[in-house]
Amino acid sequence: MSLSLNDVKRIASLSRIAIDDAEAQVVLSKLSGIFGLIEEMQAVDTAGIEPMSHAQEVSLRLRDDVVTEEDRHEEFQKGAPQVEAGLYLVPKVIE
Amino acid sequence: MQWEVVIGLEVHAQLSTASKIFSGASTEFGSAPNAHACAVDVALPGVLPVLNRGAVECAIRFGLAVGGKVSQRSVFARKNYFYPDLPKGYQISQFDLPVVQGGQIVILVDGVEKTVRLTRAHLEEDAGKSLHEDFHGMTGIDLNRAGTPLLEIVSEPDMGSAQEAVAYAKELHSLVRYLGICDGNMQEGSFRCDANVSVRRPGEPLGTRREIKNLNSFRFLQQAIEYEIQWQIETIEDGGKIQQATVLFDSEKGETRMMRSKEEAHDYRYFPDPDLLPLVIDEKWIGEVATTLPELPHAKRSRYVSSFGLSAYDAGVLTASKELAAYFEEVVSIHPEPKICANWVMGEINGWLNKAGIEIADCPISSRSLAGLLVRIGDGTISGKIAKEVFEAMWNGEGEADSIIEKKGLKQISDSGALEAIVDEIIAANPSQVADYRAGRDKLFSFFVGQAMKATKGQANPVELTEILKKKLAG
Repeated sequence: MSLSLNDVKRIASLSRIAIDDAEAQVVLSKLSGIFGLIEEMQAVDTAGIEPMSHAQEVSLRLRDDVVTEEDRHEEFQKGAPQVEAGLYLVPKVIE
Repeated sequence: MQWEVVIGLEVHAQLSTASKIFSGASTEFGSAPNAHACAVDVALPGVLPVLNRGAVECAIRFGLAVGGKVSQRSVFARKNYFYPDLPKGYQISQFDLPVVQGGQIVILVDGVEKTVRLTRAHLEEDAGKSLHEDFHGMTGIDLNRAGTPLLEIVSEPDMGSAQEAVAYAKELHSLVRYLGICDGNMQEGSFRCDANVSVRRPGEPLGTRREIKNLNSFRFLQQAIEYEIQWQIETIEDGGKIQQATVLFDSEKGETRMMRSKEEAHDYRYFPDPDLLPLVIDEKWIGEVATTLPELPHAKRSRYVSSFGLSAYDAGVLTASKELAAYFEEVVSIHPEPKICANWVMGEINGWLNKAGIEIADCPISSRSLAGLLVRIGDGTISGKIAKEVFEAMWNGEGEADSIIEKKGLKQISDSGALEAIVDEIIAANPSQVADYRAGRDKLFSFFVGQAMKATKGQANPVELTEILKKKLAG
């Protein structure tokens, strides 16, 4: 599979990363290298092997349904650029 | 021109757990902003999600109740998009291996049963809330809801009208409340519906669908779908084409409007969440949960019809909520006349509850008290008409049926001697009506009943009175 410059720009936009054309060119060649690796791996015969969703053959540990956290919003909000009445303030977004 | 409507529903049910799906923060509604948003919920660097066993158990209960397959192995995936109320930049959801697959819901529309198939139900986390007003041009973010467990229940496109879609949503709503997995509070957003709607001419392939998002009442669900169907039909009949889109329902204008087209549709780039291992649910756990399932609405409805002899409609009304059904059954256990009990619970109780805008749990008349009243109708102490007066007094907290009947002197007059004396007086006072009646004007009989009821303030035993009147008027 070969990647186009437009693909790179779309991926960048989906990831909310601003890149100019020159940067996109560099990223394109790097990503193409990764696709090369994937192509090599795809040569391996995986017929009859069930895909794994995680690299380790272990299952999820579960937590009992108990409230263990306290209200620490003041502490957390120290790192926020702007807060008011306990709310995080962000530039206006209406979809 | 004939049109066929095709509707599928996606319902987000907030699960009634104490803590969030991946963190130990409380799920309580209505707290101070961000009081229940812990480090995991606000996505501080380095935190890891740990799945809540309670949320999984809710999903198992649901899967068993709808006859679906509870997956022994399911996988959590990241659904990627950017929005400020989603601090991680992705929502943890399930994609190709959901926790419940298949199943079905039986709905009753116009007395006819119909089966709606379920595609799947999967676990995911809710997002926070964006408050767009009052922050001098900024948006306020409250993450208390972020991480609240949701079960997204997806149906097959098996519904053919707004009415069927509402019946399905109501049945599902009743079911999750019976199961105790969701409080069903639609105002607070605990139960939200998205509707996929398309139209086609009979026999043709499926039309292009539009998805109506975030309908939080049954009335809006009905209105939005009806408007959307009409809009799609008119668009096509005017020579237009339906474009795949996501729309919002404006409840004030009663219309749907475009939120985004297919071109602008999100590319969520789902992939398995590397922070979470596969969820394994063994047979033993499923078996344990199965033993705790209550009698479900559908089974209860059938039982009300078969063993209480109620109509399917009555059974449907009484089983709409677990609480109302329990109330009804308590009344029947004391006064085993299911039909009469049903009429009173559906008529007076439901009517007064609606008028007062309260739920059965807050009903001022207990099931035991109502049964006490019905017993007094049954044994002839009071008539059904007087009983409504007693009911009102009971509702207003004036005491139990017996003490109200006693205090107000409402006891029915069943003493035939007393009734005969009253009838004699009426006959003597109305000679011309008596003559007319005897000459064949049968309709006048109700005049005499009315006079007698007036004379006894409605307390004459109607059966007894009719008998005496007939005898005396015959001359």
